[in-house]
Amino acid sequence: MQTWLAKAGFDVRFTSLVLALALIWLALAIATEGLFLSPRNLYNLSIQTCVTAIMACGMVFIIAARQIDLSVGSQMAFCGMLIAFVQAEWLGAEAPYAWLLSIAIGIVGGMLLGAFQGWWTAYRGVPAFIVTLAGYLMFRGAAFLVADGQTLAPLSTVYQRIGGGIHGSIGPAWSWALGALACAWAIGQVVLARRSRASYNAAMPPAWADAAKALITCAALLGFVGVVCAYPDPGSVGEDGTLVGKGIGVPVLILIGVAMVLTVVARRTRFGRYVFAYGGNPEAALLSGLPTNRVLLTLFMLMGALAAVAAVITTSRLNSGTHSIGQMAELYVIAATVIGGTALAGGTGTIPGAIVGALVIQSLDNGMVLMDVSSAKRQIFIGLILIGAVWFDGLYTRRQIR
Amino acid sequence: MTALVEVRNLSKHFGGIQAVDRASCSLHEGEVVGLLGHNGAGKSTLIKVLAGVFPADEGQIIVRGEEAKFASPRAARLAGIETIHQSLALAENLDAPSNLFLGRELLTPWGTLDVDRMEHEALEVISRLNPNFRDMKKSVREMSGGQRQTVAIARALYFNARILIMDEPCAALGPAETRMVQDTIRKLKAAGIGIFLISHDLSDVFEVCDRVTVMKNGAVVDTVKVAEVSQEDVLAMIILGRKPGKE
Repeated sequence: MQTWLAKAGFDVRFTSLVLALALIWLALAIATEGLFLSPRNLYNLSIQTCVTAIMACGMVFIIAARQIDLSVGSQMAFCGMLIAFVQAEWLGAEAPYAWLLSIAIGIVGGMLLGAFQGWWTAYRGVPAFIVTLAGYLMFRGAAFLVADGQTLAPLSTVYQRIGGGIHGSIGPAWSWALGALACAWAIGQVVLARRSRASYNAAMPPAWADAAKALITCAALLGFVGVVCAYPDPGSVGEDGTLVGKGIGVPVLILIGVAMVLTVVARRTRFGRYVFAYGGNPEAALLSGLPTNRVLLTLFMLMGALAAVAAVITTSRLNSGTHSIGQMAELYVIAATVIGGTALAGGTGTIPGAIVGALVIQSLDNGMVLMDVSSAKRQIFIGLILIGAVWFDGLYTRRQIR
Repeated sequence: MTALVEVRNLSKHFGGIQAVDRASCSLHEGEVVGLLGHNGAGKSTLIKVLAGVFPADEGQIIVRGEEAKFASPRAARLAGIETIHQSLALAENLDAPSNLFLGRELLTPWGTLDVDRMEHEALEVISRLNPNFRDMKKSVREMSGGQRQTVAIARALYFNARILIMDEPCAALGPAETRMVQDTIRKLKAAGIGIFLISHDLSDVFEVCDRVTVMKNGAVVDTVKVAEVSQEDVLAMIILGRKPGKE
């Protein structure tokens, strides 16, 4: 089946990941008597996935460059406290544009944490594992100190929408428009790829395979829009008194933006190219005169900024800042990245893979909550999944080499 | 005629180990100079200083009559010195165009990578060296030894190197691929490029080199013209550190 898929132009690894996700959903739907696949739960799942997925997109770069960041959860906590402090203590939640300024300060804060870790790793040669393990402790401590352990609330009403809660979605009309646009883009990509391959006389996957690929993508996109529009928004009442569907949540839009930007960065910028070259062969990167130290520094700053974005969504959902957010986030993020096909040996990894990986992890977590599995047992299970993913990664890589 | 590159009394030590000890050598246009010596004789360190990987402790590097100091591999490349390292220094996960332009990517007016143009240019220079090598999409990991070597040579040539350093270019190659590399060396020589060739294979060296510089324990034993010595003479220089004609 592997060669058959490859011949048809499907990425074997990504396809098997999507198939695994489909199986997991089926199993969870049966185990929860359909509750898992209800519009309400799927909307929540889409929001929960975003926090992990946004950071996993950055973790792809980190792991592809043979680094690791164990402190993303603590970075989230610190950035979240910083944001909450600006809104609740300093400027006042409803001060005009306070929420916007707080986000900017949060992101700058995240980048500074990243710069600290990146500097030690790149310019002082301390392994990232140690630096970020220290960061894991230090940033959690710093988050506590921001408000002396207190919870800061409430936050701005505009800000609360970012988390995808009440009024935190764009409604059916915009959602369908966006879904249609995404479908047009997906079809356009397939057509463009075929045209460019034809002009280079390169090997062409069969037309039916490309058509199937486009069809599946469009079905998934429109299916998603259909589901989130079927979830009635308790906060809105339509003209005839019935509830209007929620549509796509704001966090999902943020994730789409992050994923698009980072895909371009990975494929079309020097920084992205250098990250993958360094991960593939650090010695070659050095001998080729790449600014490896600067690349590593930027890498950790990027991760810090993404942790801050994740903190924005989390604090907005909670409508408060507490120093305990993001606990175990590093595990979920690294697991999602590895499940998504980023090799720990460095040099390979994709953004879409990481997002599907995050979806796998969050689906399992979400499904087990619905099944009333205790949090202790959930931790054991997620841990096992992480080991399994790395085991599979090793198996797959050895097979590729042979 | 001024030399393309001249090394004068260059020294480099790592801790207590004197890797290169007041070594001198030179290279002219259209000339191939073999750098010979045992493992640990200091050849690799000498060329790594020339390539800008390490700074020299003492001594001078003179490129076309002007003294040069290379703070990084990038600086050496800007001075026209390209190096093909023994390890080839290729990122195995990337394809030929990505490796060829690594560190010197072609950009679009928007500052993004011009992937199509890099692929086109790579195909042009690589297929000139090796007409059977046309697949620009496969990663270095999937390439044969000869194809990898071709990518490494193409990388040096594309940027109009005047001075080329080749560290054991044939060590990992089969006979046919070795001939391909030797033909390439002759073509480059005819084009006026100066080449430092490091090799362990004496017959290889006698095949393509004009002069050889022999090193032992970090110091240069002597530099001789290949036409004036036998392989035995050179062997004695390498093993015993003895200059030819002096018993």
